[in-house]
Amino acid sequence: MVAFVLFLFSFVGLSARLSYLMIGRSGYYGEQARALHERERSIKAARGRILDRNGVVLADNKTVCTISVIHSQLKDKESVIDMLCRELSLEEDYVRKRVEKVSAIERIRSNVEKETGDKIRDYNLPGVKVDEDFKRYYPYGELASKVLGFTGGDNQGIIGLEVAYDSVLEGEPGTILTVTDARGIELDAAGENRIEPVDGRDLTISMDLNIQKYATQLAYQAMETKQADSVSILVMNPQNGEMLAMVNVPEFDLNAPFTLQGIQPGSLSGQQEQDALNLMWRNGCINDTYEPGSTFKTVTAAAGLEAGVVHTTDTFHCPGYVMVEDRRIRCHKVSGHGSQDFVHATMNSCNPVFVTVGLRLGSALYYDYFKKFGLLEKTGIDLPGEAATIMHKKENIGMVELATISFGQSFQITPIQLMTTVASFVNGGRRVTPHFAVKASGQGDKTPEIFEYPTREGIVSAETSETMKMMLEQVVENGGGKNAIVEGYRIGGKTATSQTLPRGSGRYISSFLGFAPADNPQVMALAIINNPQGVYYGGQIAAPVVRQLFENILPYMEEIDYKR
Amino acid sequence: MDRFTERRRKKAADHYFDYSLLFIVLFLLGFGMIMIYSTSSYEASKDYGDAAYYLKKQAIATALGIAAMIFTANIPYHFWEKFAIPGYLLSAVLICLVLTPLGVKVKGARRWLDFGIGLRLQPAEIAKLCMILFLASMVCSMGKSIRSRKGFLTILLVPLPISVMIWKITDNLSSAIIVFGIAVLMLFVSSPDYKKFFLMGAAGVAAAALIVYIITRLASSDSLDFRGERILAWLDPEAYASGKGFQTLQALYAIGSGGIFGKGLGQSMQKLGFIPEAQNDMIFSIICEELGLFGAIAIILLFLLLIWRFMIVANNAPDLFGALLVVGVMGHIAIQVILNIAVVTNTIPNTGISLPFISYGGSSVMFLLIEIGLVLSVSHSIRFRDV
Repeated sequence: MVAFVLFLFSFVGLSARLSYLMIGRSGYYGEQARALHERERSIKAARGRILDRNGVVLADNKTVCTISVIHSQLKDKESVIDMLCRELSLEEDYVRKRVEKVSAIERIRSNVEKETGDKIRDYNLPGVKVDEDFKRYYPYGELASKVLGFTGGDNQGIIGLEVAYDSVLEGEPGTILTVTDARGIELDAAGENRIEPVDGRDLTISMDLNIQKYATQLAYQAMETKQADSVSILVMNPQNGEMLAMVNVPEFDLNAPFTLQGIQPGSLSGQQEQDALNLMWRNGCINDTYEPGSTFKTVTAAAGLEAGVVHTTDTFHCPGYVMVEDRRIRCHKVSGHGSQDFVHATMNSCNPVFVTVGLRLGSALYYDYFKKFGLLEKTGIDLPGEAATIMHKKENIGMVELATISFGQSFQITPIQLMTTVASFVNGGRRVTPHFAVKASGQGDKTPEIFEYPTREGIVSAETSETMKMMLEQVVENGGGKNAIVEGYRIGGKTATSQTLPRGSGRYISSFLGFAPADNPQVMALAIINNPQGVYYGGQIAAPVVRQLFENILPYMEEIDYKR
Repeated sequence: MDRFTERRRKKAADHYFDYSLLFIVLFLLGFGMIMIYSTSSYEASKDYGDAAYYLKKQAIATALGIAAMIFTANIPYHFWEKFAIPGYLLSAVLICLVLTPLGVKVKGARRWLDFGIGLRLQPAEIAKLCMILFLASMVCSMGKSIRSRKGFLTILLVPLPISVMIWKITDNLSSAIIVFGIAVLMLFVSSPDYKKFFLMGAAGVAAAALIVYIITRLASSDSLDFRGERILAWLDPEAYASGKGFQTLQALYAIGSGGIFGKGLGQSMQKLGFIPEAQNDMIFSIICEELGLFGAIAIILLFLLLIWRFMIVANNAPDLFGALLVVGVMGHIAIQVILNIAVVTNTIPNTGISLPFISYGGSSVMFLLIEIGLVLSVSHSIRFRDV
C-alpha cells in the first residue's frame, strides 16, 4: 500500500511537470518547433537586361541547368553514370566518384545548356535532379566588357554597369515558406506560403552597339599595327554627356570573365591570379590616370582666353625653347616655330607659347581655372572606381611646375576627365556629367525612370567657346591634326604625344581628341594608344583612328538622327 | 450431467481471474501499436519503403508475447520456483555472452544477443525477469530473518552483481537501475522498516546532488565523459542543442507544441525525423504532441490503474511467493514508466528507458507479457473464499 502511494505521488508529480510543459511552456516550445519545421527558400528574381540606345540587348539572362544526384533516391547507379557520362561528356571516373559518394545531394555539373538539361530530365532516372537557374549571358561576348561588367554566382554585379546599377537590375527575390521534415524534404500536405519575386528592371544605356563595335575594331587594328600595349577609344555626345562608346582593348570575354588569356591555368598563385584578373578587368578610361600632354593645351588656351591674358591675334616668337627660371624647356620642334600668332601656335602645338601663356596667368590663377573647369573633381561618370586627379598642391606650384602643367605634364588625369573638360570648352561652356544609363523600366512600369545628371553652366564664356572651336578646327584643317580630316565634315581636334614616366624610357602615349561638326559638336572622340612601337606621334597614329571612326559614324549618326 | 456442469461452474467461480488487468494490458498494447505506426510510418516508408515496417515487427513480437503470456498464466506459478537459482546464473551467463561473437552492436551499444533466424534478445530483459523470480524465492526461504540487518543487506547485495554486470558489460545504466530498483522495492514490501529506507533514500538523493554539483563545477575544465555531459545537457538542454541535449530538446519541442488537446493523431511534426527513432524511448513525447495533455494524462492514469490492479493481486495472493512475484513485476513496470516519463519531460537526465507496452522493442514487450502471465497466474490461484 505504501509502495502504491509512492508510485501515486511520482505519477502526480510527473503529471504536474507535464502540465507545466504543455500549458505553461507550450507557447515557447511550440514556437521553437515551428521555427525548426519551417524552411524559407528563396526564388531568384530574373536580373534586368542591359539594352543599347536602340534597344539591342547587350546583357541578357539565359536559362541554364544544374545537374545533381540525390544519393538516397538513386535506384540504378550504373545507368545513371552511363547516362551522365554520355550527355555531359564527362570522364567516367569523375561521374562515378560523385554518384557513389554518400551525401545528401552531390552536384555533377552546373551551367549546363537548357537543351541538355531537358534531355537528361527526359530520361526520368530516379535520383537525378535537374535544377533550372538564370545565368547572365552577354550576346556580344567581349564587346564593351569593361563597361558592361559581369555578375557573380549570386547574380550580383562585380564590375562595370552591372555593379553600378545593381539595385536597378537585381530585382527582389521571392520566398517560399514550406514545412519540411528533418531531412529538409518538403511536405506536400502542408500549404506553402509564397511571395513572388520582383524581376529586375531593364537598363537602357546611351551606348550605340554599332559605334561601339566599330570603335572596338579600330582599336584592335591600331593595337596590332602599332604593337601597342592597349588602345582606348571614348565616344561621347559633348552636348549632354551621353557615352556612345567606350573601348579598352584588349577586352575580355564577359561570358568567361575568370579566364586569363595566354596563361596556363594553375600556374599562378591565388593572389597573383586575382591581381591578373583585376588588371584584365580594369577600365583604363576611368580607372587609370595619365599625363595628357598636348591635348591639355586646350585647357591652358581656354584659361588664357577667359582671363584675357592672351588673344588669338597675339604674336609669339618660338626659338625652339623657352627659359623658365634656370630651366630650358624645349619645343618639340628643335629649330623653333619662329614668329606665329596664338592660333598658329595652337596649330603647331608650340610648347614655348603655352608656357608663356601659363606664366602670364600665374600659378594661383592657373590653379583657380584648373579648379573652376572641374579638373579637381571626378566627372561623376556612372561607372565604379573613377580615379581622382593627381595634381600639385596650390602652394607647391612654382614657375617650373606651372610651365610643365601648361603643356599637360607633371600631373595626371583620367581620359574621361580630359574629354569632359574639353567638351565644356566646345559646347558653349557647359560641364556635363558623362554617363551611360539613360533609363530603367520594369515590366509593369507605365513610365520608365529617366536618369538625370547634373550639369554646370558658365565654365567658359560663349565667346571663349567659339574661339576654342575655331582654333581646334584649324588644328585639324591646317595644323598637326590634319590626319583627322574627313571629307565633307568640319572636324575639330588636338593631338598629343606624351612620354610616360620615368622619362627616357622610350614609352609614349599617343592620343587624339576630335569632335564634329566643329561649329556645333555632336560627337567627340578620344583615342589613346598606349606604348606604340615605331612612329609614336599622336598626329600620325591616333588622329587617323579618329578619322576612320568619324568617316563611318558621322553619316550613320545623321541617318539615325540622334536628336530625336 | 447436471452435477458435472455445476462442478465446473463452481470451479470456475472459485478461482478469480483478473480480467481488468488483462484488458488494461491489452488496451495498452493496442494503443502502443497505433502510436508505433503513427510515429514510425513516415520514417519507415522513407527508410524501408514500407510504412508498417516497425508495426509489423512489433505485431509479431506482441503475438509471440501473448502466446507466452497465455502459456505462463496457465502454469501454476510455483512451478517456476525451482528455476530461481538457475535463472540467476543464466542471466549472468547471457550478459557475459554479449562479449562473445554472439553479441550484436546496435547503434554503438553492445546490448543484444543474436541467435540467428531473426531472434534477437536483450539479456537485460531476461535478467529483470530472473531477478524477480530469484528474489521472491529467496525472500520466502529467508523467512523472518529478513527483518534482521544481515537479511536486509543480503537482499540488497544479491542483485548487485547482476546490476553491475548490466551496467558495465552491456553499458546499460538504466536497466541496471531498474534491476536494483526492483530489488529495493521487493525488500521494502517484505520488510517495511521505513527508517532504513528513508535513510537510504536520503543518502541516494544526497549522492545524486553531490554528483551533479561536482559535474557542474568540472564543466569548465571540459574533462568529462559522456554521462557527465548528459547531466549538463539535462540542466540546460538548449546549450547542448546539437549534442547531448538534442534528443531531450526535440522531445520538449514535441511536448510543448502539443498543448492541451494535441495536434490530433498522426499530425506530429517532430516524428518526421526530428526526434531520432521516435518510436523507441521518446514515444511518449509524440503521444503528448498528438494527443495533448489529455492523452498523456489518460495514459498515465491507465498505468496507475494497472499498478493498482497489481497491488490488489499482490495483497490477495495466496502466499508470500506469489505476492512477491507480483510486487516485482509491479516494481519493474512502475519504475520503468516513471523513469521514462521523467526522461522525456527532462525531469531527470537522459538515459535510455522504454515505455512498457508502448515503445517499440520486441524483447521488451515479450518479457513484459511473460511477467503479466506470471501475475495472471498468481491472480488465477486466488480463491474467492480467501478474499
